[in-house]
Amino acid sequence: MSYKIEIDNLNAWFGSKQVLRDITMKAKENVVTAIIGPSGCGKTTLIRCLNRMHELTPGARVTGRILLDGQDIYDEGIDPVTVRRRIGMVFQKPNPFPMMSIYDNTAAGLKLNGITDKHRLDEVVEKSLKAAHLWDEVKTELGKSGASLSGGQQQRLCIARALAIEPEVILMDEPTSALDPTAAAKIEQLIRVLAEDYTVIIVTHNMQQAARVSDYTAFLYLGKLVEYGSTRDIFENPKSELTEKYITGEFG
Amino acid sequence: MVSLAYLALIVALIPLASILIETIFRGSSAINLSFFFEEIPPLGEPGGGIGPAIQGTLIVVALACVIGVPIGVFSGIYLAEFRQARIAFIARFLNDVLTNVPSIVLGIFGWTLIVVAIGWSVIAGAVALAIMMIPIVTRTTEEAIKLVPMTIREAAIALGVPQWKTTLTVVLSSAKKGITTGILLAVARISGETAPLLLTVLGSRFWFSGFTQPTAALPVAIFNFSQSPFTQIDWSRAWGASLILVLIILVINIIVRYVTREKYG
Repeated sequence: MSYKIEIDNLNAWFGSKQVLRDITMKAKENVVTAIIGPSGCGKTTLIRCLNRMHELTPGARVTGRILLDGQDIYDEGIDPVTVRRRIGMVFQKPNPFPMMSIYDNTAAGLKLNGITDKHRLDEVVEKSLKAAHLWDEVKTELGKSGASLSGGQQQRLCIARALAIEPEVILMDEPTSALDPTAAAKIEQLIRVLAEDYTVIIVTHNMQQAARVSDYTAFLYLGKLVEYGSTRDIFENPKSELTEKYITGEFG
Repeated sequence: MVSLAYLALIVALIPLASILIETIFRGSSAINLSFFFEEIPPLGEPGGGIGPAIQGTLIVVALACVIGVPIGVFSGIYLAEFRQARIAFIARFLNDVLTNVPSIVLGIFGWTLIVVAIGWSVIAGAVALAIMMIPIVTRTTEEAIKLVPMTIREAAIALGVPQWKTTLTVVLSSAKKGITTGILLAVARISGETAPLLLTVLGSRFWFSGFTQPTAALPVAIFNFSQSPFTQIDWSRAWGASLILVLIILVINIIVRYVTREKYG
């Protein structure tokens, strides 16, 4: 199995505050990799480095390399915009565009990048909404506002929106933390299905969720990668005492 | 405490209500169909209307918008997107100063800049009013864009939309209502401005005859009527013109509210 993403000696700062220290790990293709750790450990920063969103914060800085299919996305001459088209992202709080319909939200990535062919857009919208397990619920009301949906539906709409630009990797930043358990369960099922076609990296503070959805798990603490391995090993047979304490709930 | 607040509210409403009632009461008697569509007669002469003044105000204000809105909106975008840039601090400060420049100063500016070169004209008036509306539009655009949540912006950027495009599409359309409100405020403000127009468009009794020609305008007409020695005829015209000016501003408000109504209510 090949590695889709290789993180090599990654350090990240907000101003003078260092939030990630020498992170090195590799994520395999078409599997789900979970990043867990207590609040403030740098998990969100880590995935925001993966699609070059971290640098949007004023004063933020990154050193090290992140290889996508062997190519460093931080190389000079690499346009972050093209990186973000290959690496999609779903955020913690569902954030559909409030002034757009369900249809336009799904097609937003294509439309904003200048694709206007109605036939193609129709196709992509249907395909993406189906892939996000939302089609059956919204197919008769595609013209309604994206904001009129329930929280869980909104989050699946955001997933459909990310899928519509056909990325290779999907980053998810605590995608269920703002949702009720039923809606969260639907998203978790969906994540498993998505892993058949995409490389998924999910940040979560919910350890049970990591255990349920991921194949590999990375445990971050105070900006350092403490342990990384198959999810089964991390949860049943952690090598580090710190990892064991965290997953048994002694702190976090 | 509550009764005190009510009292203050009533005191604040008295001038507003009396202005409206007085304008409607005194103005409506002057208004008939020919008042809208006929040229302005010489002072003291009965008959005629204020058609050219209505037309002139609409043209001057529209041209001021054509000049002022793009400049104001794009300045506002710049200030919101590059808040930290040194030039943004300077521009923001100068913009605030410009907001408070007395309108007569803008009039004399327009006069020196354009009237001296090409004469009393629609263009000179529009430039003076545009300078007046730019700081208002800039400020409200900046504030409206700042209110767009970061999550909306990030959603678009994460879709591989370049930042400038994100600003011009998603952010701008989220801020649309605020920006429109700002433009509306600016239009309402400049529609009634008199001082800059006296020095730039001069006023006229006749219909629009070109952008480089003097023109009539409602505030100027009201001013002229009110200076007339023929109080019987011309003061009632002044009230009629005032009522129409108030109505125009009201109609602009209603139109913009309608256009910017929630798409999904």
